[in-house]
Amino acid sequence: MINIQDILETNRMIQENNLDVRTITMGISLRDCCHPDIDVFCDNIYRKITHNARDLVRVGTDIEEEYGVPIINKRISVTPIAIVAESCKTDSYVKIAYALDRAAKEVGVNFIGGFSALVPKGYTKGDRTLIKSIPQALAETERVCASVNLASTSAGINMDCVREMGEIIKMTAELTKDRDALGCAKLVIFANAVEDNPFMAGAFHGVGEAETTINVGVSGPGVVKRALEEARGRDLGVVAEIIKKTAFKITRVGQLVAQEASKRLHVPFGIIDLSLAPTPAVGDSVAYILEEIGLESCGAPGTTAALAMLNDAVKKGGLMASSFVGGLSGAFIPVSEDAGMIAAVERGALSLEKLEAMTCVCSVGLDMIVVPGDTPTSTISGIIADEAAIGVINNKTTAVRIIPVPGKTVGDRVEFGGLLGHSPVLKVNQFSCETFINRGGRIPAPIRSLTN
Amino acid sequence: MMKVVITVVGTDQVGIIAKISTILAEHGVNILNINQNILDGYFNMVMIVDMTSATVPLKEVQKLLTAKGVEMGLEIKAQHEDIFMLMHKV
Repeated sequence: MINIQDILETNRMIQENNLDVRTITMGISLRDCCHPDIDVFCDNIYRKITHNARDLVRVGTDIEEEYGVPIINKRISVTPIAIVAESCKTDSYVKIAYALDRAAKEVGVNFIGGFSALVPKGYTKGDRTLIKSIPQALAETERVCASVNLASTSAGINMDCVREMGEIIKMTAELTKDRDALGCAKLVIFANAVEDNPFMAGAFHGVGEAETTINVGVSGPGVVKRALEEARGRDLGVVAEIIKKTAFKITRVGQLVAQEASKRLHVPFGIIDLSLAPTPAVGDSVAYILEEIGLESCGAPGTTAALAMLNDAVKKGGLMASSFVGGLSGAFIPVSEDAGMIAAVERGALSLEKLEAMTCVCSVGLDMIVVPGDTPTSTISGIIADEAAIGVINNKTTAVRIIPVPGKTVGDRVEFGGLLGHSPVLKVNQFSCETFINRGGRIPAPIRSLTN
Repeated sequence: MMKVVITVVGTDQVGIIAKISTILAEHGVNILNINQNILDGYFNMVMIVDMTSATVPLKEVQKLLTAKGVEMGLEIKAQHEDIFMLMHKV
């Protein structure tokens, strides 16, 4: 028989502490859609996506109602378009972004990921066309998300692409300046990108994946924070233990939702992504957890250590709760999407440099970072290169989602709305890295021993 | 057996259990366990029911209970028991 206390605890987590399943993401392979005529290709992918995902939103809503746990997003990831569109005889993939956007709207998902290219070692023709199409594609579609994987531990860092992405980000910002450069919020630059990430904007359906899969991303910073309130004054071993237990409970809910969704949609279950994904809602913040652990403000000395422990404990607890864990799996620290991070930046406690240090110990990188619109292209490339280096050397995924908002400067505020939140503009180091970035070429893959 | 957990929270008043169990009985839902108490004037109840022989799906029962909850000023939730079982058992 179920314990009454357990029932009340579960419902308190959902009602008071924002426990939810952040996303059910259906991965769909588009490898059988290729065609030299781009219009036929667009038709193929539209038909395949809308056919496979036709019941996704309804099933998600049914599960949500039956179990009484909110499922915030239903999303779709597809095979990187640079690969499947490569045989199209065209010099722009913007039309394909339109087709993805239409498909997303037709089935009712709020984002579709996979307008992506994988170029850690170099470009193919399709990769170049895709990257060139990103600014216009993001400006002229609503729900399409783009990503570029430009570095890996086995290949090194494609510095030509690092340089190019600085320009692409600035162009995307310029084309969407009427919306505070919103286009950049839909563009992620990766090192060591994973193939089964259910979270946007960086989701794509990797080439090693099955025809279709269901991947689920859990959430629950609010639940962890609440659980830690009971342990004030206790040592860090106790804190780690509580985080583990809480992560177990959160992940179980994700596992349940994933299994049900997989069964009802007749799509194989892929993975649970054990990420603590915050939202701008008060009480659903990773920064507040760090502060609960004992920091006056997120960003204070000790932040990296506390975050490392949090991230590790979440994984240990989550792994016990699900047989298949994958994706990014770690605490997210998107600035604009986390009320505590926003507050920390506003009070001057959290800088870009500290955020960079934090990304060494958690997923996934410099996320939703708003910087002045006049930040030089090479500086943006430099930030990408630094973050890629952290990923490559530490054999982990890192990413950059940076938003240089035209016309905004340090101290201004930018409002994206919804889950993307709002953010103050962060200060960027004023010294130049232009000569370094302009060298181009490739940073070789790192040695995997003598790792000090 | 398809077990569902019904939780009811709100201001105490006459007839809460009566009205809820009437809805359940009318739709073939069998009550297995009731745990109810009053805390600071607040009515708290957790009910475990079996819907194996129910004449309507869970969605419909949820709709009826929510409507009754709105009428009586109570928050009534009905959830599949798996969410509780899985979360709290290794």
